[in-house]
Amino acid sequence: MNVSCIVNGQAVSVTDVRPAESLLDMLRDRLALTGAKNSCEQGECGSCSVYLDGMLVCSCLVLAGQAEGTSISTIEGLAREGELDPVQRAFVRCGAIQCGFCTPGLVLAAHDLLCKTPDPDDDEIREALAGNLCRCTGYQKIIDAVHSAAREVADTAAH
Amino acid sequence: MTAFLRPASWPQALQLRAEHPDALVVAGGTDVCVDINFGRLSPECLLDISAVPEIATISRSDGRLVIGAGVTYSHLVAEIEADLPALAAAARTVGSPQIRNRGTIGGNLGTSSPAGDCHPPLLASGAEIEIASASGTRMVAAAEFFLAPKRNVLQPGELVAAVHIPRAFGPQVFAKTGTRNAMVIAACSLALVLDPQARQVGTGIGSAGPVPLRAVAAQDYLVGALSADGQWDRPRSLPPELISGFADRVAAAAKPIDDVRGSAAYRVHALRVLAGRALTWAWDEFREMP
Repeated sequence: MNVSCIVNGQAVSVTDVRPAESLLDMLRDRLALTGAKNSCEQGECGSCSVYLDGMLVCSCLVLAGQAEGTSISTIEGLAREGELDPVQRAFVRCGAIQCGFCTPGLVLAAHDLLCKTPDPDDDEIREALAGNLCRCTGYQKIIDAVHSAAREVADTAAH
Repeated sequence: MTAFLRPASWPQALQLRAEHPDALVVAGGTDVCVDINFGRLSPECLLDISAVPEIATISRSDGRLVIGAGVTYSHLVAEIEADLPALAAAARTVGSPQIRNRGTIGGNLGTSSPAGDCHPPLLASGAEIEIASASGTRMVAAAEFFLAPKRNVLQPGELVAAVHIPRAFGPQVFAKTGTRNAMVIAACSLALVLDPQARQVGTGIGSAGPVPLRAVAAQDYLVGALSADGQWDRPRSLPPELISGFADRVAAAAKPIDDVRGSAAYRVHALRVLAGRALTWAWDEFREMP
């Protein structure tokens, strides 16, 4: 079957999609968008997180056919005109990256949180990132990075 | 060749369901896609109801809420906190933000896991499940919807359309045990609903039996004890023997097994503790109500 949707602002049409194919496989194998990672395939790890019509989802638990007519944003679409998003900059600045495998999902989950809660406390950050696992267990620097991104956004808005 | 059916309206969904009674229904996909990814399901035909707008809404009338089958946990958390605190709390404990953004109340019912988080609040509130097919609709009490683990009363050609549920008339509590606050399938769970106007009590037990259960003897005991003590009219601190009497009866209603998430003995113990806490929290809230 064919699936037509918007991916990172571009209209795409993918042919010969298998009915049981996941959105994650479609993004990675057919559209060469490998930022979303394939890890647990059961919604536990959050490494495959993408936005689907503005909602953060595990793309391994969305069928490609369910993306028909939707708008998808992946980690590849987060930087604007070559400039990293404040969340991405904060992860780099704070060293919130070890092996990097979980990073795309965590950056998007942090981005989603800050869109709704611009100045989260630690508990809000932990709850919002609860669906993303970092097996290097670098969680403290990730939390530091979310605070740092929040401050950068607030400072930019103040100037 | 596997078929992928994606109805754009509810009548179309029911028509396709009638034409493809063996189709695997997928809504948010948070259960179904795991089974597909792990090769446990290889459906010949998928019926995707996630693009059906009619079932994605919540409406209110005559003190009742009608929650469409396609309403997600995130939607419940955002919209029904004041109407149905126990169901909202249960929805908030489901998975992670990513899972709550996709998983639906209708999918929870369709899967009919004994650990489904929505089920105890639905039992405790006396909810009814609206079941639809191309030939009509029928209502089934939540307490009669579940038959066995992952089995329910849905017949070929039927879909869960909505949940009809009376809004809260008093305190409601949902409590759940597990290894983390997030991403946990409950080792056991409990919902408690107090209705001071009707002087009634509702309970729902999850993950401690082949199906979600009510603790009817515990409800009857509590209603009787509260009435005998005049507590509904002039609520005072509950005596410890009343709390433990209720908690013992909740624990006795469980029919748990040993499994990967906990032993049967742990589940009975945890339910006794949860029941005592839930009653204390709900009663304290009732005493503080204006």
